[in-house]
Amino acid sequence: MAIEVRIPTILRTYTDGAKQVEGTGSTLGELFTDLEQRHGGLQDRLVDGGALRRFVNVYLNDEDVRFLDGLATPVKDGDKVTVLPAVAGG
Amino acid sequence: MLTITRELHDQIVAHARQDHPDEACGVLAGPAGSDRPARFIAMTNAERSPTFYRFDSAEQFRVWTEMEDNDEEPVVIYHSHTATEAYPSRTDISYASEPQAHYVLVSTREPEVAEFRSYRIADGVVTEEPVTVVE
Repeated sequence: MAIEVRIPTILRTYTDGAKQVEGTGSTLGELFTDLEQRHGGLQDRLVDGGALRRFVNVYLNDEDVRFLDGLATPVKDGDKVTVLPAVAGG
Repeated sequence: MLTITRELHDQIVAHARQDHPDEACGVLAGPAGSDRPARFIAMTNAERSPTFYRFDSAEQFRVWTEMEDNDEEPVVIYHSHTATEAYPSRTDISYASEPQAHYVLVSTREPEVAEFRSYRIADGVVTEEPVTVVE
């Protein structure tokens, strides 16, 4: 068992078009580092200067990780992480 | 080209008028791959600002999950400009993240007339497209 990660359309260039990939780690940050091994460039779209990028929403199961512990949020096998680019503008 | 029903067009304009002077925002969902907007979904502007909008993240998750379950996708992403023209700003262009969507802009700067225009935004390039309203 691993952690399922749902990837939005604009980031599928890093996953050969896959809308779902798997990874491991005990925190969200570790999970992203793990994904980077197989999907180079993905981590930089999610993380900036050690923190989650501002206009990227990441959910652990159905909760926005900004209301949990951000990149330090613990994750475990069987969890589902969803990435959605924020919809915003001016 | 964006083909949209009169009803959906009018719902977007009404939402923009209602939220003026804050920017209004939302989605028209349609069957995946159809390019046909079918369902109006007004979204909360978490910024509540006359110059900026952002979908509330929890609401976005619920709506995106619902669309996935229904085999739908966001066909139109709309928002309003309350004092400027219905043209994508630099911020709109840099945050556009659904390459298959039609980006609709409504301007509520005039009380009597609502400008309603549609664009494709991909890789930082904006292309205006004609809008066909069907009954």
